[in-house]
Amino acid sequence: MKVLVTVAEVGTVEEDFEIDGTAIDERYLEYDLNEWDDYAVEEAVQLAEEGMADEVVTVTVGPERSEETIRMALAKGADRAIRVWDDSLDGLLDVGVKTEILRAVVAEETPDLILTGVQTGDAMFGATGVSLAAAIDYPWAAVVNDLELDDDLAHVHRELEGGVEELTDVETPAVLTIQTGINEPRYASLRGIRQAQSKEIAVEDLASLGLDGIESDLRLTRMYEPEVESTATVFEGSAEDTAVQLAGVLREKGVGAQ
Amino acid sequence: MSGVLAIAEHRRGELRDVSDELIGAGRELADDLGEELHVAVISGQVEEFARTLSREGVDVVHTVTDGAEFNHDVYTQVTDALAAELDPTVVLLPNSVNGLDYGPAVAARLDRPLVTDVIDAEIDGDTLTATREMYGSKVETTVEVDAERTVVMIRGGEWPGASASGDAEVREAEIEIDESAVHTTVTGFEEVGGGDVDIGDAEVLVSVGRGIEEEENIELVEELADALDATLSASRPIVDSGWLPKNRQVGQSGKTVTPEVYIAIGISGAVQHVAGMKGAETIVAINTDPDAPIFDIADYGIVDDLFDVVPALIGEFEESG
Ligand SMILES: Cc1cc2nc3c(=O)[nH]c(=O)nc-3n(C[C@H](O)[C@H](O)[C@H](O)COP(=O)(O)OP(=O)(O)OC[C@H]3O[C@@H](n4cnc5c(N)ncnc54)[C@H](O)[C@@H]3O)c2cc1C
Repeated sequence: MKVLVTVAEVGTVEEDFEIDGTAIDERYLEYDLNEWDDYAVEEAVQLAEEGMADEVVTVTVGPERSEETIRMALAKGADRAIRVWDDSLDGLLDVGVKTEILRAVVAEETPDLILTGVQTGDAMFGATGVSLAAAIDYPWAAVVNDLELDDDLAHVHRELEGGVEELTDVETPAVLTIQTGINEPRYASLRGIRQAQSKEIAVEDLASLGLDGIESDLRLTRMYEPEVESTATVFEGSAEDTAVQLAGVLREKGVGAQ
Repeated sequence: MSGVLAIAEHRRGELRDVSDELIGAGRELADDLGEELHVAVISGQVEEFARTLSREGVDVVHTVTDGAEFNHDVYTQVTDALAAELDPTVVLLPNSVNGLDYGPAVAARLDRPLVTDVIDAEIDGDTLTATREMYGSKVETTVEVDAERTVVMIRGGEWPGASASGDAEVREAEIEIDESAVHTTVTGFEEVGGGDVDIGDAEVLVSVGRGIEEEENIELVEELADALDATLSASRPIVDSGWLPKNRQVGQSGKTVTPEVYIAIGISGAVQHVAGMKGAETIVAINTDPDAPIFDIADYGIVDDLFDVVPALIGEFEESG
């Protein structure tokens, strides 16, 4: 069984930052493996360790910079990686565009199981996995926090709101979007990091995937810091001072009075 | 028709709040277009649901009897079929876990652009503009859609819910489900997060988030909880890491809490967390980042390192206690 895992590199913003046009100024961004994808990679690697999966392949839509993040996924146990990029993709990567790209990769790879993160921490669309499933006509399940595979069914728990989980059987091959907490993602070992250096990252562009001329239907027109409507009383001073002030308020509310 | 088609959400026999919010948002968009608002309800007690959904501002409620509960293959097929028949400008869905389990498939099948987690939207002429957040709510963005027809998914709690009843026409939709295209079976539900402590009962909650950094440091907030005679709760990453059990998780997928005092320590205030605690009477936030979204809903705040403030606070209460 071949498992394909989508791995996104996401930008995380520093506490203080500036916006440049419709993007966060590069100086204030750090890049990291998307939190949800970390769990998806771990799930795939565990399937390989259990002997359920023969090969774990990652696919990333991202510029050359993202190879550092891809190496992280390889160091954690993925076998090889595919990276797709084209300079025309800079800006907002909407769900439709990502779906088209991933569809083309799936056509080449024909995986038996596709794992994606529930969402990315930067764009927060939360839709790529299910959109891809529909496009390639695979069964799917979204927001999966428990997975057991047998021959032709994935038994999953879908985490709904309010502490309720839905138990669902999904025919395979399938696309599952993975929620945090499904497992404990491992740290990459030194050995893993060394081995990752020699693993393959195949680079594709839109032309090599036969996708010339795909365009986003969504245009980011503004980015701004939301107006804070806070009416909070913010205590000033050293930690000791603020603790005294807060303790005063808490005592007034009867906190700590046994 | 070229107005708005909104798909209601229900679970285990009850319409969810977001269904009324969909009507609120749907009516606004339909007014922008000068067109009708249609609402559909799929599966379960559809007649009873239709009576509730017949709110002021709703023109037609479509009912589709099929199964008792949500199944995304059925919802996708029905929504596709209704959208094909009615050709609405906007298909409007909730950005709920179930919405996310079929909305993207509807958009892909209808070949429409999809905008998820929308907190505001308007249509001016032919252009739909949506407001969304990015980077864990650190920034807001506006997105313009270059297409005449879209699928829009709205975040819960952002639109006022319709409540006044109206006199919508109720239509039973005749949609044949292709059973061979149903590839998933819901086999049951499970409640999680039970156990010895019910954080929902607590009057004072000391809640800890990722700012605590290491499992060993949980002890520090435990000490504070003891000193304040409070109960310890947490944001999701703490529970995901296995540092505290699931029954301590506050939020959308955890527990909704309404204590008298909620002290959020090293918690950013992501929307899914806030969903579970915004009903607290008094909210206190301790966070190094003055722009953390938690300060938008806090009553009292300290912008400082929790590793300095929490020990000082423990000292305050231990001295007097
Ligand atoms: C479908 C779905 C369901 C979800 N359900 C839930 C849910 O039920 N509950 C939930 O909580 N989340 C839920 N989440 C996750 C949610 O989106 C956030 O990822 C999570 O709430 C973030 O937790 P946090 O605030 O502890 O961490 P972060 O967002 O990482 O915030 C940490 C905060 O700590 C501050 N900090 C760091 N160091 C210090 C220090 N030394 N002193 C003081 N402050 C410091 C930082 O400034 C930051 O604001 C869900 C997500 C999805 C997609």
